[in-house]
Amino acid sequence: MQVDYNKKDKQLTIKITEEIDHHSCEKIKKRADYEIQIHLPKKLVFDFENVNFMDSSGIGMLIGRYKLVSMFGGKTSLINVKPAIKKVFEMSGVLKLIPIEENKNMGGAKVEECI
Amino acid sequence: MKNAYENEMKLEFLSKSCNESFARITVASFVAQLDPTIEEIADIKTAVSEAVTNCIIHGYEDKEGIIKIECKIFANSIKIEISDNGKGIDDIEQAKQALYTSKPEQERSGMGFTIMESFMDELKVESVLGVGTKVTMKKIINKGVTYV
Repeated sequence: MQVDYNKKDKQLTIKITEEIDHHSCEKIKKRADYEIQIHLPKKLVFDFENVNFMDSSGIGMLIGRYKLVSMFGGKTSLINVKPAIKKVFEMSGVLKLIPIEENKNMGGAKVEECI
Repeated sequence: MKNAYENEMKLEFLSKSCNESFARITVASFVAQLDPTIEEIADIKTAVSEAVTNCIIHGYEDKEGIIKIECKIFANSIKIEISDNGKGIDDIEQAKQALYTSKPEQERSGMGFTIMESFMDELKVESVLGVGTKVTMKKIINKGVTYV
């Protein structure tokens, strides 16, 4: 898992680098919550470039982080989501809360607001 | 004695969360002989992961137990049975409802059975309280291909 914080844009980018299931969620959750509480980002971006698998545990985990960031007015979004994982997202309806940004953005680069 | 199925395998492992990836990868490798598409493999892996996670979180409630997986191949279809000897499901219809979860405090999404149902072609859930639960899923591989 790689974490990058851009002070200027108050954007926290979390790049997950493993398969997301019930087992790995605990670890991801702990690290993400720690980073969110330190930085209080206006924008939280989960980078899925290196995620090849996710089951519904990932949905629960993402909604939890979305709620945390929303408490102080931050937004959450996803980038670089692979088709197989997009299918899980689409089924859950979670994309209404946590949209996928089409533009590929790495690190703390500014991400255009997604409509 | 001739077997009714063309191929089958059985797998037993402890209900530890680190075995979730082991279970789905093993089933996916077994299914590979049917020459599935990448999408079909992803569907099966996700469905198996959901079922095994259910056994661990709900069936055994994070206590140690044995999870069994049986896979059977017949023509171009795969049947996967995943069972535990855990606490069982009281109301199966309620459990299958999208977004329903008996453990909201654990950040569960309540999507497990919904995903199994839509990613696979058939889903059957049998459960007896205090005895265990068995989930049977079936998927037809290479639907687009016609067999002579």
